[in-house]
Amino acid sequence: MQRIRIHFTKGEELQFTGHLDLHKIWERTFRRAHLSLAYSQGFHPQPRIQLACALPLGFTSTAEMADVWLDNDAPLDEIAVILKSTAQPGLKIHSLESIPIYEIPLQNRVTSVIYQLDFLDPVDKNQIEEKINSLLAKDQIQRERRGKTYDLRSLVESAQLLDDADRLHIRLQLAARPGATGRPEEFLEELGIDPFSVDVQRIEIVLAPLVQKDVRA
Amino acid sequence: MDQKEIIRRRLKRILPTVQKPGRYFGGELNAVVKEWQSVAVHMALVFPDIYDLGLPNLGIMILYELMNQRQDVLCERAYAPWLDMEKAMRENDIPLYSLESLHPLSEFDIVGFTLPYETLYTNALNVLDLARIPLKSADRIVGHPLVIAGGHAAYNPEPMAQFIDAFVIGEGEEVLPELVDCYKTWKSSNVSREELLLKLSQIQGVYVPSLYQPAYDSAGHLTSLAPTRETVPPRILKRIAAVLPPPPTHFIVPSIGVVHNRIAIEIMRGCTRGCRFCHAGFISRPVRERTVDQIVETVEKALDATGYEEIALLSLSSSDYTHINELVSAISSRFAGKNLTISLPSLRIDSFSVDLMENLRGVRQGGFTLAPEAATDRMRSIINKPIQSSQLLETAEAIYSRGWQTIKLYFMIGHPSETLEDVAAIGDLCRAVLNVGHKVIGKRASLHVGVSTFVPKPHTPFQWVPCDDPDKVIAKQAVLWEKLKGPGIKLVWSNPKETMLEAVLTRGDRRVGDAILKAWQMGAKFDAWQDQYRYETWLKAFEQSGFDPAFYAYRERDVAELLPWDHISPGVSRHYLEREYRKSQTPETTPDCRTNCYGCGILPAFSDERRENPGDLWLCPEV
Repeated sequence: MQRIRIHFTKGEELQFTGHLDLHKIWERTFRRAHLSLAYSQGFHPQPRIQLACALPLGFTSTAEMADVWLDNDAPLDEIAVILKSTAQPGLKIHSLESIPIYEIPLQNRVTSVIYQLDFLDPVDKNQIEEKINSLLAKDQIQRERRGKTYDLRSLVESAQLLDDADRLHIRLQLAARPGATGRPEEFLEELGIDPFSVDVQRIEIVLAPLVQKDVRA
Repeated sequence: MDQKEIIRRRLKRILPTVQKPGRYFGGELNAVVKEWQSVAVHMALVFPDIYDLGLPNLGIMILYELMNQRQDVLCERAYAPWLDMEKAMRENDIPLYSLESLHPLSEFDIVGFTLPYETLYTNALNVLDLARIPLKSADRIVGHPLVIAGGHAAYNPEPMAQFIDAFVIGEGEEVLPELVDCYKTWKSSNVSREELLLKLSQIQGVYVPSLYQPAYDSAGHLTSLAPTRETVPPRILKRIAAVLPPPPTHFIVPSIGVVHNRIAIEIMRGCTRGCRFCHAGFISRPVRERTVDQIVETVEKALDATGYEEIALLSLSSSDYTHINELVSAISSRFAGKNLTISLPSLRIDSFSVDLMENLRGVRQGGFTLAPEAATDRMRSIINKPIQSSQLLETAEAIYSRGWQTIKLYFMIGHPSETLEDVAAIGDLCRAVLNVGHKVIGKRASLHVGVSTFVPKPHTPFQWVPCDDPDKVIAKQAVLWEKLKGPGIKLVWSNPKETMLEAVLTRGDRRVGDAILKAWQMGAKFDAWQDQYRYETWLKAFEQSGFDPAFYAYRERDVAELLPWDHISPGVSRHYLEREYRKSQTPETTPDCRTNCYGCGILPAFSDERRENPGDLWLCPEV
């Protein structure tokens, strides 16, 4: 058995495909590739696939990660070639990485994620910049989500308005820890920007460094 | 910016606001996207209900793959948007578009509906409206798509005759290529749309309703439905594929979950049993089988193309497939150990079926489904499904004792001349089945009972009989409820008000189209959805159209009466249906016709096809 980490893009075609459906898509990609995934034991065996961090519906990402367990020990470069040929529209495989079988689950290492927010309509650069700065200047921003209050400010790790290549966008780093997950739409609402007027792409998933206890022999 | 780009931009904004937006964006594995300008004919196939139900439709899949194999044709898909999406589309000025290229449906040359059941009719009108295509055939001019329809409900095309330019009667694999050729020739010429319709009417299996004129007597009975031109055929014989073509392999794999996520392969078409209530059993004759090799090869190719983890081997009566043992052992040995689920629906009620299922059992197991349909010998003779209760109990014992904990049983109430005693017998039989389960595996045994209400269908021996009215149905359901309430049994039945609508639409004539239009105008759609069905709206629509639904639903027809679908022939003769009707009144059964031919009319209708294809792929005798 071997464990492989896949770095991939979830493109436009899959932006409305949820977390569980993405599991299925990976399962089928491996089936088409004739690469046999390891299955869990028990009455309802499930293929062993772990996605790093659920991507909200409607967003695309160039920086997704999934760990899969394979029954056989084929070389990584061969697996990469086959997977690329069986991947479906919207799924682009960047690279594969070999991971020790008992390393801690991928999702337990996620600490934050970085989004790039592109405006669909022309906007006033100075005005947005000011709004971001005043949001960042606050110590606390109390908001409500499903009847529970939380502090949005502590979830925003960084936010910058950038203007590369004439494309005005926000680079937003949000916490993504258990019980502390920031959402781009809540950040936008706080700025007074319609969340549906922005195209959201995840560009990085930040992992905590491995420490000794994370790797069992 | 072209229409397509405008649609794309508007969608980006509205899709995050609707439920399950993945239904409306295409991009699935195996969807075929061709360059719009590269082909002569653009065709859109529409399943007029939501994506989740429409995507797995095998008919669409067959035609989609077939049409896209042609260099000169592009074939895309559309489904009915759910209510929230429809609202967003109307508010944002988005016309109904195809999923592959986001082209508005109105820019296609041909829009083809599949109409597998009647409660999709208002949805079809809604789709046309959302696509900004005139609803009535008479209002369409050059520049509008040609609107065609096929599927099982099209065997009585009259209720939708005002809205559809041409119906395809029979198997689309045969007719559609010719229809497209005819369209292509017309498109490059400079003649009128009327000329196109006239040309189409010359293709066997194509019915152009605008070329026929109905007449009625003072009592409202149809007296004639005749062609208005000499060259138009008075009678339309369905088309069949004499040899079943290779089944599709490149199934579209949705990126979201839908009702059936699986490879579906028809192992045979048609049925030799002759159950008198069964529409499919009469319209899909003759029985033609696929070879084991072809089925196994198809499964293999389809698994490679889709990565699906479930395979369904479809037919009207799986245990009757001649080489069923060979097929099951080939499939189970070939695909064992791959965590695949293989389903084999429509099994006969005998222990042989249990053996089959046991050989196919994959990693996941559900219930075991059987359809006795009736519970007394008299009733079973009437409907021509002669099963012994003892046989059902023996089969149930085998099922429970071999590891299944749930059995699903399907029954129908409302068969001709059914009494409350016949209905009560259903309850007693279900109890007996559950008792067998208790004896074998104790309290874990459970039973799901589905009791639908029989709706008499065109082209069956029961096409003349009245449907039970809601009062009768309610009384019968009360008997069942009394017998079957309690632990261990789950009972599901159909809403008698929904049955009424189906009963009117399925045997309706051309005038019923007025009520369909009125009901849609008053907001009826998704009539097949319990929570959307508007009974009061339909009653009002019938009233405003000037007729009584009882005339269509609850009236016994005289066998001499001209029926609205008499000009459409499924190959089975009217004479044979009459004979079967009379035998049902005796009652007398007609055995399975694979052992002896009872002259249903298929062989004379398709004698050339049979002569050119001798041997055992057809289960009819040689000619």
